[in-house]
Amino acid sequence: METSTETPIFDERRDQIHRTGETPFAIACNRDSLAGAVSQRACVFCGARVVLYPIADALHLVHGPIGCAAYTWDIRGALSSGPELHRLSFSTDLQEKDVIFGGEKKLHLALTELIDRHKPKAAFVYSTCIVGIIGDDLGAVCRRVAEEKGVPVLPVASEGFKGNKREGYYAACKAMFDLTGTGDTAGIPKLSINILGDFNLAGEIWIVREYFKRMGVTVVANVTGDGRVDDLRRSHGASLNVVQCSGATIELAKLMQEAYGIPFSRVSYFGIEDMAEALYSVARFFEKDDPEIMERTKTLVREEFAVMYPQLTQYRRDLEGKKAAIYVGGAFKAFSLVKAFRHLGMKTVLVGSQTGTEEDYRELAAVTDPGTIIVDDSNPLELSAFLQEKEVDIFVGGVKERPIAHKLGVGFCDHNHERKEALEGFVGMVNFAREVHASVMSPVWRFTPRRIQIASSGSQS
Amino acid sequence: MIQAAKEPYVSTTNACKLCKPLGAALVFRGVEGAVPFLHGSQGCATYMRRYIISHFREPMDIASSALSEKHAVFGGGPNLKKGLLTVMQKYGAKLVGVASTCLTETIGDDMPGLVREFRNEFADLGLPEVVTVSTPSYSGTHAEGFHAAVKALVEQLAVPDESGVPGESGESGEAGLAVNLLPGFVSPADIRYLAEIFDDFCLPVTILPDISETLDGPALDEYQKIPEGGTPIAAIRAMGRSAATIECGRTLFGVESAGEVLEKRRQVPLFKRGLPIGLRETDSFFSVLETLAGAQMPRRHALERGRLIDAYVDAHKYLFGKRAVLYGEEDLVIGLTSFLTEIGVKPVLVASGGNSGKLEEAVKSVTSGILGEAPETAAGTDFYQIAARAKELAPDLIVGNSKGYRMAKELDAPLVRAGFPIHDRFGGQRILHLGYRGAQALLDTIVNALLDKKQAGSEIGYGYI
Ligand code: SF4
Ligand code: SF4
Repeated sequence: METSTETPIFDERRDQIHRTGETPFAIACNRDSLAGAVSQRACVFCGARVVLYPIADALHLVHGPIGCAAYTWDIRGALSSGPELHRLSFSTDLQEKDVIFGGEKKLHLALTELIDRHKPKAAFVYSTCIVGIIGDDLGAVCRRVAEEKGVPVLPVASEGFKGNKREGYYAACKAMFDLTGTGDTAGIPKLSINILGDFNLAGEIWIVREYFKRMGVTVVANVTGDGRVDDLRRSHGASLNVVQCSGATIELAKLMQEAYGIPFSRVSYFGIEDMAEALYSVARFFEKDDPEIMERTKTLVREEFAVMYPQLTQYRRDLEGKKAAIYVGGAFKAFSLVKAFRHLGMKTVLVGSQTGTEEDYRELAAVTDPGTIIVDDSNPLELSAFLQEKEVDIFVGGVKERPIAHKLGVGFCDHNHERKEALEGFVGMVNFAREVHASVMSPVWRFTPRRIQIASSGSQS
Repeated sequence: MIQAAKEPYVSTTNACKLCKPLGAALVFRGVEGAVPFLHGSQGCATYMRRYIISHFREPMDIASSALSEKHAVFGGGPNLKKGLLTVMQKYGAKLVGVASTCLTETIGDDMPGLVREFRNEFADLGLPEVVTVSTPSYSGTHAEGFHAAVKALVEQLAVPDESGVPGESGESGEAGLAVNLLPGFVSPADIRYLAEIFDDFCLPVTILPDISETLDGPALDEYQKIPEGGTPIAAIRAMGRSAATIECGRTLFGVESAGEVLEKRRQVPLFKRGLPIGLRETDSFFSVLETLAGAQMPRRHALERGRLIDAYVDAHKYLFGKRAVLYGEEDLVIGLTSFLTEIGVKPVLVASGGNSGKLEEAVKSVTSGILGEAPETAAGTDFYQIAARAKELAPDLIVGNSKGYRMAKELDAPLVRAGFPIHDRFGGQRILHLGYRGAQALLDTIVNALLDKKQAGSEIGYGYI
């Protein structure tokens, strides 16, 4: 093994990389990105936008110069079963004079114009970096328009430089929280939940909702995939918040617990155990109200498993022993992926995230094999060095990571917000296996320079 | 008319433009050994990277000074310097191309000043070139950002004012050998083809920027921190001694462009032309080359030209009178308008998010002599307005980047993809737009798109059209 790949590439980031089993666990995280290091991270605005964007009947107006809005126009596959207002990209497109004289007037005009045109159920107004600098009073403009137009207009404090995505999640949750408690909760049954932290990529929330329906549980609000403003407004009538993913919507669950006493449980819909456990945890919660729910849930899991398992076994035959690398936004997803790869007979040799916490990384270190690299807020140089060092067969990440993998002749699976294949639920596990299989087993890798090199050095030794 | 001058919209819906530093970052990616660097918060760089990567399907590292709140208050200087050091040490950059963002422009960071300080502070380290360009997105689009970065490279490397700076000292070769080519924002395939043309004329050329390899490279066994290829820095330095400059893009007419800087400060003769799209604009481009080379068009290009005209004739019936809506960067749509007009297609709307003030005039000039009346233009517009107007116009054909797909779908009109970004098709980086060969490729694509539509819409199932 080359030693050069063993040394961290950025000295300043040495303590943000950990190798399982080699040293006692220690990792630094939640730091500002290192200047000049091409972080894969985004900004506060990005985090807020990701969370709120799927609310399909709301107007999402980005207050700032054009780029921030243009780059987030319909880039994610968050589907809606009805209105599709969220797929349009609205911006105040601030110009020089607005920057000098302030953008409040333009914001007011733009908001009024857009609300008149689209008649949304609510409007979210996102602030971007320069709005934070020129000092527009977003709250005041929003209040004024809300009064004039009679719809909720919610400011989202998402100035990009005020942190990373996580602060954006927080800003989004605060804005959503302002909507809760404003609708009529009449008619909501006892067995009812809100689904938090699912964005209905490739229709995933529909898969999960279908499971809950079969269990006899009513979903009040989707937060936020295929989301609706009116559902959010009455979401405080649900008995339980079921929260997926480590960061994005947990803050809303906490706020709702505090304000309305609604408990929450944390789940993941990725992979077999996690999906089943998600359903069981909800069943356990309602068991006292409906003693049969557990039986129904078990039947459901059994049925789904019976369909899924034979398919998985087929893929596993080919994939046994292959090596996987994971670099995702939140660490929670990384856990599910580590387990999912295990079901496919694969080994996880690298796992990292943009915004994990120390606790997340500690747990990841505990569930992975010795030698696994654990990394926080990585960058292309490090990731490519790790991919080479570990001779990875497939890399799971977001679109920014894809060219790194492909350039080096490594398979890739998009597990980020832009995916077009449903990966949640039992059916999602099969889709995931199929995608991993299709990439790893493709004949194209043997022609790539790196594989040729590995093959020839392997035959010499 | 689209502008709805009576009550122009205040809001923008579905922008038909991108922000200024994106154009600058693309230019810096086309310089050998260079790393594009955004002075601003992290988010902008990450967004742009993703946008660019989805088109080129290539790694695109853009460093950022990653400013946080306290830097926004106290100035981004320290982070800029730290970022430069990091890029220098970890990437081994020979040049760092620093573009400002809305944030750093608004807080008033003086980038050239900061870079000067940086050079003084770390003079002992063997610093790379640092080129800065001011790119606030609240004035101008990615197209302006692109041209601004080209100009910055020329100003700061080829014709520096300070004495004793390399470039003037005539480090290599004789003056007047190469031709400078500033092609504008075109595809890697276009650049490769342009280089081939110069080769066939036996004219040495400096193409700035050159993304032909950096954004469309081969499979590798080692990850390259900085992809190979790009315009060599020494070649940029020597641009002030070139025989001539050819600068493409009609929005640059009458503008203090990079080519003009070279002409004024170094007396390099300048030929400004439109993007060579279609027969006439390409003829005009080739005639400059014939003049400079003192030779006739090489036979293979003359043959390509001949074949193109032959194809124009073969295709004319499928195309005549078809109505097209076009959108994208101004330079590109002007070229496409010229091309469509000469094959008998009638552009009914030529739209751009850019607002250089040149669009209407240029469209008039490239259509005059063929069309009685110049096509309707819309500058500084967005897809909301383009779609609304297109609906009224009911075009047979739409030409532009991927972002018009939903409009095309709604109108049930074929969308022929050209320009940037191509996010919903494969091979956007290899679309050939320029020259006789590019016109041939576009012609084939357009005719086939129309035939496909006709075939799909017919119950007869023609197998012979
Ligand atoms: S702030 Fe300016 S530079 Fe950054 S993404 Fe927005 S428009 Fe582009
Ligand atoms: S300007 Fe700020 S909010 Fe907009 S993309 Fe850049 S970092 Fe994010």
